[in-house]
Amino acid sequence: MITLGKAINMGLRRALTEDPKVLVMGEDVGKLGGVFRVTENLQSEFGEDRIIDTPLAESGILGTAIGLALRGYRPVCEIQFDGFVYPAFDQITSQLAKMHARSLGTLKLPVVVRIPYGGGIGAVEHHSESNETYFAHTAGLRVVTCSNPNDAYWMMQQAIQSDDPVIFFEPKRRYWDKAEVNEEAPSLGLHQTRTVQEGSDLTLISYGPTVRTAIEVAAVCAKEGRSVEVMDLRTLSPLDLAPVFESAQKTGRVVILHEAPTFLGLGAEIASQITEECFYSLDAPVLRVGGFNVPYPPARLEEHYLPDLDRTLDAIDRAFAF
Amino acid sequence: MSELQLVQILSPEGELLTDPEYPLEISTEEIRALYRDLVMVRRFDVEATALQRQGELGLWAQSLGQEAAQVGSGRALIPGDYAFPTYREHGVAWAKGVPPEKLLGMYRGINHGGWDPRDNDFHLYTLVIGAQTLHATGYAMGIQRDKSNNAVIAYFGDGATSQGDVNEAFTYASVYHAPVVFFCQNNQWAISQPIESQTKVALYKRAAGFGFPGVRVDGNDVLAVLAVTRAALARARAGEGPTLIEAFTYRMGAHTTSDDPSRYRLAQELDEWKLKDPIARVKSYLIRNSLANEEFFASIEKEAEAMASKLRSDIVDAEDPYVEAIFDHVYAEPHPILEAEKSAYINYLESFTEGEKK
Repeated sequence: MITLGKAINMGLRRALTEDPKVLVMGEDVGKLGGVFRVTENLQSEFGEDRIIDTPLAESGILGTAIGLALRGYRPVCEIQFDGFVYPAFDQITSQLAKMHARSLGTLKLPVVVRIPYGGGIGAVEHHSESNETYFAHTAGLRVVTCSNPNDAYWMMQQAIQSDDPVIFFEPKRRYWDKAEVNEEAPSLGLHQTRTVQEGSDLTLISYGPTVRTAIEVAAVCAKEGRSVEVMDLRTLSPLDLAPVFESAQKTGRVVILHEAPTFLGLGAEIASQITEECFYSLDAPVLRVGGFNVPYPPARLEEHYLPDLDRTLDAIDRAFAF
Repeated sequence: MSELQLVQILSPEGELLTDPEYPLEISTEEIRALYRDLVMVRRFDVEATALQRQGELGLWAQSLGQEAAQVGSGRALIPGDYAFPTYREHGVAWAKGVPPEKLLGMYRGINHGGWDPRDNDFHLYTLVIGAQTLHATGYAMGIQRDKSNNAVIAYFGDGATSQGDVNEAFTYASVYHAPVVFFCQNNQWAISQPIESQTKVALYKRAAGFGFPGVRVDGNDVLAVLAVTRAALARARAGEGPTLIEAFTYRMGAHTTSDDPSRYRLAQELDEWKLKDPIARVKSYLIRNSLANEEFFASIEKEAEAMASKLRSDIVDAEDPYVEAIFDHVYAEPHPILEAEKSAYINYLESFTEGEKK
């Protein structure tokens, strides 16, 4: 049993071992091993030229990573916390995302941007955001997120192997969750949705930190005689919705759960697509449970902001009331 | 600004000076070649401006007046040295051997950058001000890791020095001793804003605060620019880190063909800078020292006309991109959603016959 944070560390170590062009760069990633210790001991093993402690400037991290990628390297950048990615927003959305297209396909930008995201750790402002929509909305980027140690281990390696830029969201409040990791082979490709557990009455879709919540919700529902199918999206861009449509057609009821504000969040896009594809199979409108359309609140109030077991059960009750 | 440094080797009157700090060994043949470069680059720019006026280009960013800064620095590069331009470095592109018509694609609206940067070690034009200075620094960090003997040159303007990215690039390059030369063309104007609205100190002096040397060179003196850039590149190659070069020049044209400088600057300023023209002083030098005759100048004029004529036909005859190009190359690896959007749109288009829906 290893933690999700350690699994990412192992995935990075394996990628660094297998490909000398892989670099890790970011604030405090070297000597300290990152503020969450995700890059712990990598610098002592691979050296300062490959595990790069950068100056404290996020645009600089991304901009120089782009230059390194143009030179043939595969940088894995760490943004220390979700709310600190905005100084690098131009480099990510206007440069990293668009340079392959700008070059008519001649330049490749195999850059991974790791972003610990989401709340639930009692943090100060800017340390608890779920800002995945900005990046999923930007053509040229791939966006993924893991919910468990095995996915963390394999998805990190798959992201590094991608010739496209990948924004890799890490559910920071799940860094300490433990599970088995199968180091033999990945069970899925990078851009595949996983059915976590099957059910017949309602489909509960989630990703990242709220997948564990969804599993707990399904357990409560089971006691109430409701069979909930839990899906872990894993890939936010491109979305892999074929298994979601199949599930929605089977159950007829869908609830989408994520920490990000529901307004224009991933759930809005998914609900729209389910409506287009599964209209005649639905017994209720697709419902969403997520953050409010507000700045992330102070830690003493975050339990009200974060969609939890009860709010999800409430949405499920409403879905069944139709 | 008389107390400020200004490296000069060829005076506006065409007199050859010497600067002990920047000795330049150069043959007459090389100076004649530089003269040819300058004339060709100006003729290219004049033709592109005309093409815009005639509706063949949507926009053009003129390099008029900045030919010496661009040609001098571009010719200082050796094969394998990588250049990161803004959107105005037509003279550097020329020196790097990028086919001139390729530079016009984005201005015509055919593409967002129509050349393979690896062919000539000349990156695509970058429109977001200053963003490319970080790419250049990262590329230089890659050169360091490859233990290569090459260097990188990052181009930007006086306005860009106010950008965070440029200051971050200075910081990264400095702490990592990255082999990059920061080449700032101070053309005095950022669209309508004079240099005084960007800085209270001479730009080259900013380098000191970042811990590397800065030098101001007469940006209209191709020989001085060549000498200063060569020295900075040599320093980068020797592992001594970055240099900031401020090429003191002037934007003789508008910011772009959409701009109207008469709204914000005086014609008198333009007249003063005309006396410092980068091409005239090389011509004066060659004539004054009997190093070129009328036949030489006429042959270059002829060559420039031929280049302009070919440029015109190349761009007027350029085909518009095919519709599928919207979707192609967004990703390097397969992307099912994009494929679905593409085929749906192509099917939609094919459902029309001569403007009628089938």
